[in-house]
Amino acid sequence: MSCERMESRILGYVDGRLKENERLEVEKHIADCAPCRLRVHEFSAVSGLLGELPLIEPSPEFDTRVHALVAAEPEPKASWWAWMHFSPRIAFAASMLVVMALWLGYRTGAPVAPNIADNDQAMMQDLPVLEDHDVLQNFEPLKDLPAAVQAEDASDTQQPQQM
Amino acid sequence: MVRTDVQLMLDVKAGDGTSFELLLQRYRTPLVNFLYRMVRNREQAEDLAQEVFLRVYRAREDYVPSAKFTTWLFRIATNLALNSVRDNRYQKLEVSIDAPISGDTEEGDERTLDVPEKHPNIEQHLVEDTRRKMIRHAIDKLPEKQRAAVLLHKYEELDYAEIAKILNCSESALKSLLFRAYEALRVELAPLVAQHARH
Repeated sequence: MSCERMESRILGYVDGRLKENERLEVEKHIADCAPCRLRVHEFSAVSGLLGELPLIEPSPEFDTRVHALVAAEPEPKASWWAWMHFSPRIAFAASMLVVMALWLGYRTGAPVAPNIADNDQAMMQDLPVLEDHDVLQNFEPLKDLPAAVQAEDASDTQQPQQM
Repeated sequence: MVRTDVQLMLDVKAGDGTSFELLLQRYRTPLVNFLYRMVRNREQAEDLAQEVFLRVYRAREDYVPSAKFTTWLFRIATNLALNSVRDNRYQKLEVSIDAPISGDTEEGDERTLDVPEKHPNIEQHLVEDTRRKMIRHAIDKLPEKQRAAVLLHKYEELDYAEIAKILNCSESALKSLLFRAYEALRVELAPLVAQHARH
């Protein structure tokens, strides 16, 4: 480990906050590096000196003052739904009313989705060409015609179906 | 079973005043001490600590336990302290930072928690008092951000990740900040460091 790297580890070492492998690395380094070893001793001394300062005690009035400040605080403004938080029974009743209203509306009102079977039937009536699809596919005279003529007279082949 | 800070804060959010009282009891001394060491004025430190608790109470409705409670608490405290130190700087220009240590008017009103009398004689008491004044003076001379980092690391024993979040910097930047702070303290406290190393 380099002396530069010691900079980020020396305090952790002094305060015993390093991981085991980091601590061993530092110890290996300071065993061979006199300046870093001296620095560790001096930082330990500084840490010890800082620990000599006594704690002060808050004044007896401290708590009273905090209580007075807190008591003077306005109550937080209740939001429009806050009543639900304090009255779960009312909230439950309101929810049930909403569910019932939706259920009744579904039962008595117009159907939400169109009748698919009826719609299919109406659509089929509007497509008469499709009704003759099988006839066209099995129409023997059309099969006997040469391919070129078939393409040329495509409009004529449809005549008999329209009749 | 002892409730965690986050559990207490969530109870405060739910409207439990007793949980706020427990948080107050748990953190009033660490907060007052941290702020006192930051601003060096007892009355101001207590005012700021009260403001921290008030802000915690005000924020209860929106509290989400996304980070450790102490990170949030000391972040509020650090921001208030840094603002206060910057506001006070211009008011104290007439007081030289190199003024004799005995001129520190804030030392006298310090009520400490170590109640038992440990000094067999006045002379020893004076020696210890002078040492403490030198240490306080060295901390006071640190730039604000370095001072906050040292206090949070040494006295509040927060981990690097927490302190980095509080000071809004990366962990590597924090380690560098702390290293420079200890370097400055080592130089400032050289006579005491040498004395300490001899023992």
